[in-house]
Amino acid sequence: MNKIRDFWNLVGPVFTILLIITAIWYASAVWLNSAWAYDKAKRANVSISFSEMVSDTMIQEKPLLPSPHQVIKEIYKTTVLKKVTSKRSLIWHGWITLSATLLGFAFGTALGIILAVGIVFSKSMDMSVMPWVITSQTIPILAIAPMIIVVLNAVGVSGLLPKAIISMYLSFFPVVVGMVKGLRSPDQMQLDQMRTWSAPKTTSFWKLRLPSSMPYLFASLKIGVAASLVGAIVGELPTGAVAGLGARLLAGSYYGQTIQIWSALICAAILAASLVAVIGVIERITLRKMGIQI
Amino acid sequence: MNESVISANNLSLTFETNDGPVHALQDINLDIEKGEFVSFIGPSGCGKTTLLRVIADLETPTKGVVKVNDMSASQARMERAYGYVFQAAGLYPWRTIGGNIKLPLEIMGYDKLEQKERVTQVLELVELSGFDKKFPWQLSGGMQQRASIARALAFDADILLMDEPFGALDEIVRDHLNEQLLKLWATTKKTIGFVTHSIPEAVFLSSKIVVMSPRPGRISKIINSNLPSDRTLEIRDSKEFLDIASQVRDELRKGSSDE
Repeated sequence: MNKIRDFWNLVGPVFTILLIITAIWYASAVWLNSAWAYDKAKRANVSISFSEMVSDTMIQEKPLLPSPHQVIKEIYKTTVLKKVTSKRSLIWHGWITLSATLLGFAFGTALGIILAVGIVFSKSMDMSVMPWVITSQTIPILAIAPMIIVVLNAVGVSGLLPKAIISMYLSFFPVVVGMVKGLRSPDQMQLDQMRTWSAPKTTSFWKLRLPSSMPYLFASLKIGVAASLVGAIVGELPTGAVAGLGARLLAGSYYGQTIQIWSALICAAILAASLVAVIGVIERITLRKMGIQI
Repeated sequence: MNESVISANNLSLTFETNDGPVHALQDINLDIEKGEFVSFIGPSGCGKTTLLRVIADLETPTKGVVKVNDMSASQARMERAYGYVFQAAGLYPWRTIGGNIKLPLEIMGYDKLEQKERVTQVLELVELSGFDKKFPWQLSGGMQQRASIARALAFDADILLMDEPFGALDEIVRDHLNEQLLKLWATTKKTIGFVTHSIPEAVFLSSKIVVMSPRPGRISKIINSNLPSDRTLEIRDSKEFLDIASQVRDELRKGSSDE
């Protein structure tokens, strides 16, 4: 009996929120698609009742807002029912986006950590690099992405790498900011203590600063991996809608395939949530191994 | 004649602040002999912590010199001449108690076997045997501070500098740790510099009490204690103890009355 209650305490709130969102979604679908339903009826010179209108809003081919079950059906059709090698498979497109995301995330994390170490250890780097790091993020990624693609294409680099670089461009920032904060998190007393042991700077980096920064690093990685995915999707837009979730979004909007857009969007959201969850698991394992209480 | 391990000569330290210079220390002259237990006591702002930090080369004096083991303070720090215990235990949460005590040993390049032996040995000294595998959060505040003392004892420094190590602990724990510290002093024969703002603590522990007064931070009197070296908490009711305590109190009152 208790177990059931514990389970409900855990799942109940999540389930309730999901229910509310679905209800709002359905209501919005009816509201937004009703104009088209009435319009069709008017042109056919028939009058439709409220319930007829509602059922029409659920089955339109190019609805303003597709209903949840239409999107789920589309996702099912393009994942389970299609071979993963098919160009119409969302899994195939998802994998293309995911590979660019992961590569860009790895680049971004490495770059972020290297810059953070430099900034913490060198005053001149702190003064010279940090403003550029911040400036880089004030430029809209949509403006800079096509240029990266074009420039790299001109020197013969295309495919995965340009997308990964755009992805890196977005994901290194949270890592720099988090790691600088993390590496500076030891207090004066802890640094003084290292001084009393006349520890070299490298020692206090490996034994004090780096372990202290771990909780900050993981917080940044969670933001970074989500930003990486956004970067990869944006990177797929100017390539002419060939492959990837971004391509699906763009192709969908070319042809007004709202159901396709929404299913790609939902897939991107699921992918992002899974990536953040994976980082969360690694975080828990690492911090627990370090004996840090979370 | 005993040899002097710490000596300060005409020591002054002025901090430049936005509100003008602050004379943290002025004309400090002090000799600490080998094996002494010296307490620094005074109201806040008298420079007692600053003096300890100057001895430890964590602050640089603007005038005068400090000699530690006949070396300059910075040389002594490089030679790892002292262990320093801060107000907070400052144990690394990601290291076990044993791992924390090993930290300075790792930095100083002791080999693995020696590290292990020393951890066992100093944990015994602070009565924490068997706690080496525990993480800091599993220990009480008093136990954490004992572990941090163990860490300062683990390497071969014959000077122990302590900056209000028991300031954050309740009185009962504090009494207990004071007794332990005296035992430790007797067994290790280290020279101890101890900052406190508690009169009973200073009198109970010390062989020499340095009373300081603020603005500018200076030594107003050095009181030598003639209490026997094997003391128990009961000694605090004896006449000798109360005599010394009242000397310290009078001196502190004098120092604060010129404001």
